[in-house]
Amino acid sequence: MSAHATHGHDDDHGHSHPTPRTYLGVGVILFALTALEVLAYEVGHRPTWPLHALVEPMVVPILLILSAFKFVLVAGFYMHLKQDSKIFTNLFVWPIVLAVALALALVILFNYWVKETF
Amino acid sequence: MTVAQAATASAEHGEIDEHHWTSTGLDTRKLAIWGFIGSECLFFASLIATYLVYRGQSLVGPLPHTESQCMLDGKMQACEGIFEIPLVTFGTAVLLFSSLFVVLALYGAQKGDRKMLITWLSATVICGLFFIGMQVYEFYHFYHKGLGYSTNLFSSTFYTLTGFHGSHVTLGVIWLSTMLVLALRGKLPPEKALNLELAALYWHFVDVVWIVIFPVVYLMR
Repeated sequence: MSAHATHGHDDDHGHSHPTPRTYLGVGVILFALTALEVLAYEVGHRPTWPLHALVEPMVVPILLILSAFKFVLVAGFYMHLKQDSKIFTNLFVWPIVLAVALALALVILFNYWVKETF
Repeated sequence: MTVAQAATASAEHGEIDEHHWTSTGLDTRKLAIWGFIGSECLFFASLIATYLVYRGQSLVGPLPHTESQCMLDGKMQACEGIFEIPLVTFGTAVLLFSSLFVVLALYGAQKGDRKMLITWLSATVICGLFFIGMQVYEFYHFYHKGLGYSTNLFSSTFYTLTGFHGSHVTLGVIWLSTMLVLALRGKLPPEKALNLELAALYWHFVDVVWIVIFPVVYLMR
């Protein structure tokens, strides 16, 4: 393996990109997180499985947290936001903040406010 | 490197500048793809929000997880929840692996390692095709279980959300396939690796959207 392969390579801005080993490590973590999501789903919806009573009320928060972890890993490592210019991060993160606010506002508006009003 | 420095450096070496520099020192094409991805976040957020707003409000089946009454063969009858979690989990894993493969292909392109580039890019395209196949099978299967586009609120919001995602995956596969053809013809040297990086960014975005859709649509009851 070359020195570049060991230490990563530089982009236009002198930042070092990850190596294939890092990419593979992130891939393994992503796969494990997906397996945990499915496990949480199965345990939460099968009353005969162990830990069902404990996991059932927490299925939605567990899925959201695991999903957020996966999102950050892909954006940070595979999309190189961790190393690239902060301008790219801002171009991605602020629309996401706006998108989450939009989704929450719609869900709250339709599920609570509208039902109580009409 | 500033715009003036980049232009001077290119001129001094008598080279054609492949980069499209801006006053920020960033490539215009990369800025454009990030801007596009930002706008796509809002597009998918509106589709996901619509799915969530109408979740659990369907009056007739088939429903995603629970047994319900559905119109099949012209009469109402009991039908089971239609989601096949193992199949979709496998599709999700394939899409995640494709993100790993495309980043390895990009590494190969930047290093000038043609074999690595072609191998991993081919694997990415195959994974993308598998995912599209999985989605086509799923839609076909649902349709034959009585879930048409306008059957209930679940079907309309589900098909719209996952259908738009599927069309993005299809566009991504076409884009990556063109990159693969260029690579096979030896027209993707390290100095043009940015062309693949732009396609890879789009592909990763398609992946992160699925990372949200999979638990929200398939795993939350």
